Amino acid sequence: MHRPILAVSALNAWYGGARILYDLDFHIGHGEVVALMGRNGAGKSTTMEAVMGMVSRRSGSVVFRDRDVSKLAPFQIARLGLGFVPGDRRIFTELTVLENLDAGRQPVRRVADGPALREWTPERLFRLFPNLGAMPDRRGDLMSGGEQQMLTVARTLMGNPLALLLDEPSEGLAPVIVEQMADTILELKGQGLSILLSEQNLHFAELVSDRVYVLEKGQIRWTGSIAELAADRDVQRTYLTL
Amino acid sequence: MDAFLFQALNGFASASGLFFVGAGLSLIFGVSRIVNSAHGSLYMLGLYFAWTISQYMGGALGFWGGIVLAAMAVAGLGALIEVSLLRRIYHVPQLFQLLATFGLMLVINDVALGLWGAEDLLGPRAPGLSGFVTIFGRRLPQYDLFLIVVGPLVLVALHLLLARSRFGRLIRAATQDREMLGALGVNQALLFTAVFALGSFLAGLGGALQLAREPASLSLDLAVISEAFVVVVIGGMGSITGAFVAAVLIAQIKALCIAIGVVSIGELTINFSQLTLVAEFVVMAAVLVVRPYGLFGRPQGAVRSAGDAADMPLRPAGRPLLVAATALALALLSLPLLEARFPYALIVGTDVLIAVVFATSLHFIMGPGGMHSFGHAAYFGLGAYGAALAVKWLALPLGAALLCAPLAALAGALLFGWFAVRLSGIYLAMLTLAFAQIVWSIAFQWEEVTGGSNGLLGIWPPSPFDNRAAYYLLTLAVAVVAVIVLRRLLFAPFGYALRAGRDSPLRAGAIGIDVRRMQWLGFALSGLVCGLAGGLFVFAKGSISPEAIGVGRSIDGIVMVLLGGIQSLIGPIVGAGVYSLLQDMVMRQTDYWRALLGGVILLIVLLFPGGIAGALARWTQTPAGASR
Repeated sequence: MHRPILAVSALNAWYGGARILYDLDFHIGHGEVVALMGRNGAGKSTTMEAVMGMVSRRSGSVVFRDRDVSKLAPFQIARLGLGFVPGDRRIFTELTVLENLDAGRQPVRRVADGPALREWTPERLFRLFPNLGAMPDRRGDLMSGGEQQMLTVARTLMGNPLALLLDEPSEGLAPVIVEQMADTILELKGQGLSILLSEQNLHFAELVSDRVYVLEKGQIRWTGSIAELAADRDVQRTYLTL
Repeated sequence: MDAFLFQALNGFASASGLFFVGAGLSLIFGVSRIVNSAHGSLYMLGLYFAWTISQYMGGALGFWGGIVLAAMAVAGLGALIEVSLLRRIYHVPQLFQLLATFGLMLVINDVALGLWGAEDLLGPRAPGLSGFVTIFGRRLPQYDLFLIVVGPLVLVALHLLLARSRFGRLIRAATQDREMLGALGVNQALLFTAVFALGSFLAGLGGALQLAREPASLSLDLAVISEAFVVVVIGGMGSITGAFVAAVLIAQIKALCIAIGVVSIGELTINFSQLTLVAEFVVMAAVLVVRPYGLFGRPQGAVRSAGDAADMPLRPAGRPLLVAATALALALLSLPLLEARFPYALIVGTDVLIAVVFATSLHFIMGPGGMHSFGHAAYFGLGAYGAALAVKWLALPLGAALLCAPLAALAGALLFGWFAVRLSGIYLAMLTLAFAQIVWSIAFQWEEVTGGSNGLLGIWPPSPFDNRAAYYLLTLAVAVVAVIVLRRLLFAPFGYALRAGRDSPLRAGAIGIDVRRMQWLGFALSGLVCGLAGGLFVFAKGSISPEAIGVGRSIDGIVMVLLGGIQSLIGPIVGAGVYSLLQDMVMRQTDYWRALLGGVILLIVLLFPGGIAGALARWTQTPAGASR
């Protein structure tokens, strides 16, 4: 039916002189949750930064909502409705929770053919993340790692994105928080968001995703449904487990 | 007692202008990481604009309206500067940014000279506030009281802006992580322009408000930026409150010095009112040692960008370079043969050789040492005055006097270097600048010893060096030895340790290198050689005066190093040669040499961030393929 909301082809990226990504091709359909899996250093975070235009050099095409965004600045891509949640959190530690949310605020985008999206407000986000609601005026540097992770997601949602790039949402979180995060992702999916998440943990990926791309040394080595990956011990052993 | 309290009020009045410039500088630095050396120029322009508007419109509207209009005009100019110049240099190393804005300062100064002339312009009295109030038994201008109130009011307004408005929140967020803010959909370019306009507005306002207090003068830009550097360094880069506290502190210390006046302790008579310049820099040095990031500052997070070019490894000279160097030395050696036909050649040749020694010593700490000194004139000056005083007061012969030069500079470099190596980056640059200003102001103000602004005259080399050719050859010999020794040091274990400390202080420390000690030693060696250049300079010119050791000298050195290319060992030699030839042959021909120099600096930064030698190297090497 629809063309994918995000389609990437022949994506290459460099850090300084070092090439990190090699001719990546992948896409995310409307309302789909896709996992980008691979070990540390496989290029998962770089893939997301390359899509957002945050690497110093890249080539290839990135089509988001039928527009080629590969020449746009990160803020322009974000304004088209592609939200980025960095893995290393990067919240503004000198700002309070509410101020962080305000920094991420962007107007609701009109979508001609898609489902009507409700505007995110701090109140609505506090229902999704009750922990944050308990500390609206706390400064970022006084929050726990899990709280910071939630704030990063909430801050990006304030931009009312249509799709999310979610870098390692479960990393370094306590098990109970990880489950909350999985619930949150499923809830966001239920509200119509398309999501690309990077993940090392197969269990977490199984909870939330529909399809998987497996990355190794900056190249896509395998792709298929999450059920296929869960059944394929060989692929798991070769590319995922330590 | 009343005298002290009265001077304290005076201090508060002069603190407000300083606070405005410092706050603007701080805001801009926080968001864009650019230290805008031209911020003093914006202050100066604010005052000139206000003067012009008040002249044309006249009356209360002309005065008060002129102040507001002038500040707004400066804000507009600031936005224009950001869009047309700074946007092109956000990705270059901080040192280049500092230098580019210095170039801008020079250009603005000459534009002001062309528009308003060299004479100081005194503004009108403030309509409505032209009277005096009697306080502590003295008459204080009402306008000063007004200024005392305006400072804190602006502080509160800025605080509200930063804390309560979305613009303020975005400024604070960008100060911490501008790239992330961009990924959240905020247009950084627009934000940067707005912040630069706001910072410029503050500087323009600070200048314009002086309309009824001090005349508009072309020397304001450098004076104000030096003080503003002190203010933001003491207060902490990026902190508005810090800028306010530091401005008040500085102004109060100066007021205190003036109130103390002349004090006699036994034989010694100290005129404290002449020590104002030294006093503020001493305070700054003291604060930096105790709190390296200023009273209200905090360590900066690394700027997330892959813009900085990696430093290339240094390579020992190959055969072609050795042949070229020998040929060059022989050519220089035969220069006296041309004296009959080109009598000026030996003067220029001596100038160039002194510049080579100066630039090579600066490059030694800037390149391999990684310490960006913005005050190398200090060691040049110590050397020059050391040699001159040895002749004047001790009547030492040439050889002994030339030996005094590096020793005096070494002593200064050991002292200043001890403080300097505790800092890095922009703080180091500003601290070295401050030390150079101390040396300069001592030379300027200690008239009994240094001859004040006239300097020391009639110091010519004795026989057999009393002719141009002989002195030229002496200079050549010293220059060749200095260059070879410094070069040799860089390929000795000391040089490796120095470079290791530059590339990664942590890792160098982990393998047992005492990085600070290495840097201190490097700093001292560089000062020593630089002092030699100063000593040679005195006998070449027959005199030394504060003018020759001002900020301009430091900037000359940096331009030479960058012109030649900071990553190359022959860079400073090429740069010094090209630059001093340019200076001798072109810049002396025009009254607008500042604009010319500023233009050259801007061109270097925009076109050749790798310098001449760097451009040549890139040209001759096969381009490294990025897609291996």
